[in-house]
Amino acid sequence: MTTPALAVAGLSVDYAGLAAVEDVTATFPAGSMTAVVGPNGAGKSTLIKAVLGLVPARRGAVRVFGQTIDQARARVAYMPQRAAVDWDFPVSAADVVAMGLYADLGPFGRMTARHRDRVAQALARTGLTDLARRPIGALSGGQQARVFLARALAQGADLYLLDEPFAAVDARTEEALVTVLKALRDEGAAVVAVHHDLAAVPRIFARVLMLNRRVVADGPVAAVFTPEAITRTYSQAPAAAPAVSAAALPLPA
Amino acid sequence: MLWQALTLSLGYNATLVTLGAAVLGLAAGAVGAGMVLRGRALVPDALAHATLPGLAGAFLALTALGADPRNLPLLLVGGGIGAALGLAALRALTARTRLTEDTATAAVLSVAYGGGLVLLTVIQALPGGRAAGLEGFLLGSTAGMLRQDALVIGGAAMVVLLALALCWRPLTLMAFDPMQARAMGLRTAAWDAVLAILVLAVVLVGLRVAGAILIVALLVTPAVAARLVVSRAGGMAALSALIGGACGWFGAAASAAAPGLPTVAVIVLAAFAALAAAALVRGGRAWTAPS
Repeated sequence: MTTPALAVAGLSVDYAGLAAVEDVTATFPAGSMTAVVGPNGAGKSTLIKAVLGLVPARRGAVRVFGQTIDQARARVAYMPQRAAVDWDFPVSAADVVAMGLYADLGPFGRMTARHRDRVAQALARTGLTDLARRPIGALSGGQQARVFLARALAQGADLYLLDEPFAAVDARTEEALVTVLKALRDEGAAVVAVHHDLAAVPRIFARVLMLNRRVVADGPVAAVFTPEAITRTYSQAPAAAPAVSAAALPLPA
Repeated sequence: MLWQALTLSLGYNATLVTLGAAVLGLAAGAVGAGMVLRGRALVPDALAHATLPGLAGAFLALTALGADPRNLPLLLVGGGIGAALGLAALRALTARTRLTEDTATAAVLSVAYGGGLVLLTVIQALPGGRAAGLEGFLLGSTAGMLRQDALVIGGAAMVVLLALALCWRPLTLMAFDPMQARAMGLRTAAWDAVLAILVLAVVLVGLRVAGAILIVALLVTPAVAARLVVSRAGGMAALSALIGGACGWFGAAASAAAPGLPTVAVIVLAAFAALAAAALVRGGRAWTAPS
């Protein structure tokens, strides 16, 4: 078996004194698209942040292409929720996309023609070429989502961790983003996306991780994305479990 | 008279002060833009106020040791230590309590200022009237600027501008999206420290000119004015530097022409005039991003 793009083993994360993610074990193969679904507070964003080392894990291991996250960082692109940044920040769409080059350039590296090409290609793939010079504050929500994806593309990663890439975008933008993500998958990349629209999961993703602090189900959509599993994922209130006593809590359902 | 001062034909000393204040404004405007972009416009103010107890502490220590308490480099070292402690307190308050960043900044600022004032009062009560000049750090005084002071300001400003230009990519990256920046391996704590050090350098060399209380205006107001009319971060920093430089130039020249006018107050008013002009240019859209 080939090395998975991402392997998480026994990962537990505390957030604000609560157990946000508890004993999560899951693998994400290269060339696959996985939806991470679950109710609010289920730990979806926290799981992604913990994989990236942005929040400390209490327990567990993360391997990215068989390496630690710090060794493999340049191969991982992260797209935070759009609401996480100030869209009045004075930069153009192309500026933001070029920020994805940092993984390659570092703080002081020089932009070359090859780098500018990568930015232009990322803009083109997301249909932003005509908007490249526009300030991001003047873009629509859907266009901003494209900018974020284009920044991840410019990084040229092999693993894409996307936090609600389709939140509050129109159907046409969602379709455009999905087309890009499927192309990435076909090129061998692994795409992991936190997702809210359950009805759209089978249409977009081949794999699903159903999360409610713990893993409820993990695997091919056709096999595990059942009404029964959905009920189990969403029926239990996720949060409000103090970290100290989390171990003593019963499993959901 | 004002025209003569503005064209640097009012004598050696006035020229020195005008150039010194202009270069200080240049560096302050540029670095201030970095802090405004990071969303931490009050941090420079806290740093500036936190230099006061450091300065006063250094003065008292030098007095106790029998050394000359008006040794400027040593006083500034004290001010730097005070600011560093203030910054450390700010970080600890933000990281370990539930206080928001602006609340913690306000707390550090006011406590440092209060402490500084208490120490200054103690110093003023010392026999011998040796405190003379220390109050200049509070509100600034350009009148006594020496050639050496102007050279120190000029040199420091050049270094700060160069360092800022060199570090611009990681600083803007972190300011826009710190989480994604960290995900790409950018060490935000280290780069925040770099930004704070650059601000502190400007504050320390500018302290005697602009004073601890009002130097924040030179760091923040030009940046805000520039932000209103420019929609790219680099252009905003450049314009902010120019506005800061122009304000320093004008303020120093005005107070050279009319010696009763306090330099820093004129500088601050000039900066505000620039902000008002920027708001007018932008008209009703002044409070949204230019596009």
